[in-house]
Amino acid sequence: MRELSGWGRLPVVEGREDVAEELEPASIGARLSRGLGRSYGDASLPASSADRIVCTRRADRILHFDPASGVLRAEAGLSLQDIHRIFGPRGFASPVLTGTAYVTLGGMVASDVHGKNHHVAGTFGAHVRALRMRVADGRALEVTDESEPDLFRATQGGMGLTGHVLEVEVALERIESPWLVVETRRAEDLDALVDTLSSESRRWPHAAAWVDCTTRGRGMGRGYISLGRYAARSEAPSAPPRLRERVAVPFDLPGWVVAPWSIRVFNTAFHHLHRNTGSRIVSPQPFFHPLDFVRHWNRLYGRRGFAQYQCVLPHSSDGRNVQRFFEVLTRLGGASPVSVLKNCGPEGRGVLSFPMPGISVALDLPFRRGHTQALVDALNEVVIESGGRIYLTKDALTRPEHLRAMEPRLARFQEIRRKWDPDGRLRSALSVRLLGDAA
Amino acid sequence: MGRALARRMAARGDHLFLLGRNSEALARSARDLEARGAPPPVSWARCDLQEPEGFEDALDAADHAQAGFDALVVSAALFATQEELEADPKRRAALLAANFANTVQLCELARVRLLARGGGTLCVFSSVAGDRARKPVVLYGAAKAGLSAYLEGLDHRFRSQGLRSVTVKPGFVRTSMTEGLAAPPFAGDPDAVAARVLRAIDRGDPVVYAPPIWRAVMALVKRLPRAVLRRASF
Repeated sequence: MRELSGWGRLPVVEGREDVAEELEPASIGARLSRGLGRSYGDASLPASSADRIVCTRRADRILHFDPASGVLRAEAGLSLQDIHRIFGPRGFASPVLTGTAYVTLGGMVASDVHGKNHHVAGTFGAHVRALRMRVADGRALEVTDESEPDLFRATQGGMGLTGHVLEVEVALERIESPWLVVETRRAEDLDALVDTLSSESRRWPHAAAWVDCTTRGRGMGRGYISLGRYAARSEAPSAPPRLRERVAVPFDLPGWVVAPWSIRVFNTAFHHLHRNTGSRIVSPQPFFHPLDFVRHWNRLYGRRGFAQYQCVLPHSSDGRNVQRFFEVLTRLGGASPVSVLKNCGPEGRGVLSFPMPGISVALDLPFRRGHTQALVDALNEVVIESGGRIYLTKDALTRPEHLRAMEPRLARFQEIRRKWDPDGRLRSALSVRLLGDAA
Repeated sequence: MGRALARRMAARGDHLFLLGRNSEALARSARDLEARGAPPPVSWARCDLQEPEGFEDALDAADHAQAGFDALVVSAALFATQEELEADPKRRAALLAANFANTVQLCELARVRLLARGGGTLCVFSSVAGDRARKPVVLYGAAKAGLSAYLEGLDHRFRSQGLRSVTVKPGFVRTSMTEGLAAPPFAGDPDAVAARVLRAIDRGDPVVYAPPIWRAVMALVKRLPRAVLRRASF
């Protein structure tokens, strides 16, 4: 029995986590599976301290790899970091790369993760060929879009609530070189930023923007757009990129360190450091996984933790959905030190898959009792009005009625859950909070 | 730690043969190691430290697959807390047999084969718990102490004939064996331990502490007066 939490350390619960090397026996009778715990809120937490959770991180064996097709089959606990290390030198990469490489295959499926190339490559689920799962009635079965389409699609983005993922079969992307060609564009305000992000995305497979949302008035939403593509062999060094030594935050900082004033200072400095740049060759690690440069960076927020908030706002007829969102955020004094915008492409096949065409906004909100909940409520109301939705992998504070208002897909998801788990054996703290599961 | 070590060996192309209790797990681990660089096929045979009658067959299978193996790594052992072992005689007997007597039997059978070939390496995972008796690991430590003494004896008796005995003494390492126990300071990571062990195997170092700080820690613990250890909780 120990303390478990997501990456935001909000909430923290007492629970039992079985770290298993053999997932087949360990998953029998367990309520939920959990990977490396990089979801931010309560998606990977047990609903009660009596619920047994299986942690997959030591179940990381590669079962098969076909270099002709790039199809990899591995146990659910294999991490993206390991895929880089093992398959990068062989000329393959995951087709979807999240901000941190410390995620497991199972977690990538459960969140149906997306990356900077969503507008081109879709979510991780688009590249998954098959899953081996243990479902609620105890059976272990092979699940594909042909054999069990409902279960296959409900599991992608299904937050682990449809069954335990034991093995994942996914098609890796062939790359000539792991090195990247990268360019940066600076934008002086939000309109310019969103415009540049959208137009440049047509020419670059990887595109995302960092936004300063703390400055009010002119200059609000200034930031920079980061663009990238894999280098051709002729453009890149022949030596592989070194995985850099990481810095670690050894202890929790006091909660007052990351505060609105310091966030504004940081953002101003950050903005002035970035300029428009020409093409340069960079190592993939800082481009794809900036979150991993500092280990335990969540400790910067202190023991109070922080709430991550991510939503996607569809393109509106007046093109001002994003602006409206930031107006509400700044009016309510929400200050996020790290805010990321991404333009998303078409919806994936996961029943609850997060991205949809529009702009995704991701924020860190240092937790302030009373204030943060009200802020999230207000932001959710903007999202509902815009016809958008939130990313459950980041969520800790959304109210169930707000989720229901923004997610017409919930009914179908719950129907599939009930079909495969009529007795409600699988559940998480998130499913109790948001989906009406019994506590 | 055994898995981390096998993976490092695979990554540099060593020819591997696996011994273990669970056939399904061995088959999966074999495929994993092939995918990570070990020349295929990585074969395996069932071998259980609680079933010494199966040792010869397992070693035969290894010899057959590898045309005579040149190194054996024994990383398996049973673990239980002092309280569990004091309370359960059956479990105690099983642990003492597996971790000491049967491991020695396996090593003896392997040693004979290696010496017949002019030498080789016998790398066995003991523990810092065997360096000095301490309250929380009296029984577990005693078996490891016996094992460490045997391995040291092998070094004295057979090194001149080409047998290199490598005793690995891990301090606390974060593995599935220790999952759920509170990690003390200087807790090790399996991959870092594996890197040290592989270096020791290549060089034939007789004793390797991992993480290295444990050599200093145990040097201190070995010198503590009996009166202190009687009163201590560690």
